[in-house]
Amino acid sequence: MGFIIDGILEAVHLIVTLDPDVIEITALSLVVSLTATVAATLIAVPFGASVTFNEFPGKKILIQLIQTLYSLPTVIVGLLLFLLLTRHGPLGFLGILFTPQAMILAQTILVLPIMTGLTITAISGVDATIRDTILSLGATRLQFLKHVVREARFAILGAVALGFGRAISEVGAAILIGGNIYGRTRVLTTAITLNTSQWNIGTSIALGIILLGIALVVNTVVTIYQQR
Amino acid sequence: MKKSIFMLFAAVMIVAAFACGCTGTGDVTPTPTATPTAAETTAAPAETQTLLIATTTSLYDTGLLDALKTDFEKKYNAKVDIISAGTGKALGYGENGDVDVMMVHDRAREDAFLAAGHGIDRRVFAYNFFVIVGPASDPAGVKNMTPEQAFTTIREKGLADPATVKFVSRGDDSGTHSKEKAIWKAAGFNYSTDIQKSGEWYIEAGTGMGATLVMADEKQAYTLSDIGTYLASKDKISLVPLVEEGDILLNVYSAMRINPEKHPGVNATISKDWINYLITPETQKMIETFGVDTYGEPLFYPAAGNWEKMGVNQSEVEDPVA
Repeated sequence: MGFIIDGILEAVHLIVTLDPDVIEITALSLVVSLTATVAATLIAVPFGASVTFNEFPGKKILIQLIQTLYSLPTVIVGLLLFLLLTRHGPLGFLGILFTPQAMILAQTILVLPIMTGLTITAISGVDATIRDTILSLGATRLQFLKHVVREARFAILGAVALGFGRAISEVGAAILIGGNIYGRTRVLTTAITLNTSQWNIGTSIALGIILLGIALVVNTVVTIYQQR
Repeated sequence: MKKSIFMLFAAVMIVAAFACGCTGTGDVTPTPTATPTAAETTAAPAETQTLLIATTTSLYDTGLLDALKTDFEKKYNAKVDIISAGTGKALGYGENGDVDVMMVHDRAREDAFLAAGHGIDRRVFAYNFFVIVGPASDPAGVKNMTPEQAFTTIREKGLADPATVKFVSRGDDSGTHSKEKAIWKAAGFNYSTDIQKSGEWYIEAGTGMGATLVMADEKQAYTLSDIGTYLASKDKISLVPLVEEGDILLNVYSAMRINPEKHPGVNATISKDWINYLITPETQKMIETFGVDTYGEPLFYPAAGNWEKMGVNQSEVEDPVA
């Protein structure tokens, strides 16, 4: 039992003294996952909106496919990207395997389905009378989209927060694509994996506390915003 | 409000772009890694080269590479990135040209790798020994046996009573795993039929050396470890060395460059510097003294002057890469 107490004490010490390794790992996690979330938002929201308001053959199947991919396993994303990005793969010329950029790419792909799907749900949930009102006021198609998205912004923000949560907490793709390189592609989740297997309990707990803390902060911010 | 959120996003994007060095400038000589991060570009001139090394976990887990890396980075104005993977995985990265240098310890597979033209300029830089470690109570009673005898006994007693006698294998295709298979073979067993899946006594961890030692300690099992990682992990585990004598336990570490002719895009100059750096008398001295003050004994022996002992050519130990 004592080692857990020791671990927690060491963790607190690492956090309070702003241990440079811990800070660096945390910063990289935030940069990678926030960038991936922003990129995914910029793709998912317009795409989700256009799927919602356009009728085309196979729309139902597409939506079903998107929802199926909610549970896209992170290691599968990692595997596919690894095959593409390895030097002799189709995208090997980019030379980005084992870099933060590749991790951003992986996490963007990973969270796209859930963010697109939830955007569709959010926009579909906008009251029909509001939609009719916007149209009857003579809005152009673009204005209409803009206003509907604005009506649905709280739900869309929830989708964004969920996407970020999935991105920052995944470990499968991060280890395969990033390679867990110290000081370059080591993020919170891969560092916890490594440190636990090496019995560096204090470091693991410290990183775990930070990871939970980030989730808490993001959630709180979203909730406060939604309640305003 | 919406505006401010978008502003925040924009700010994050810009910061991220800087932090990752996504500058989009085409390097004249593409390296396997991206341009240096913002922090480095302010600290060092732009021609800082990045070297990507795939290393066996046993080298990584001792901390030796971190010590060498810091020294090398200062001397050569380089940035060294290290991926820790078993020899098998490292060879895979090398075959794809995803790394610049490999540091491994599996002579037979290295030879095949060189013969296939993937690797060049192998140099031997250090050696040490493998040890069979296990619980202090030594339930199979293998203390001071030969490695082959010890393995035979562990298997026999493990099959009879898997609750008390177990063996944890790296099971990850690493150099240590290769050595383990070689010992089974020397003891007269067929690895895939007599050992693998032969019973609950044989546990395949599929992970690095440090993690495997932790697992063996959890299960109070025997395992084969390189002495370096064992000493570096000693304060975390209760396992003790039981078999340390035997020619088969020799463990030779070498480094090689990935062939730039076969894999255009790998970093050819800095990889040469790294290999030559490893065999300089100064670095050899560092390897010899590494960890002595912490563990009371050396984790590695320098290759310099010991080529006969390791059974390799003198040129592989002493001749710099041209």
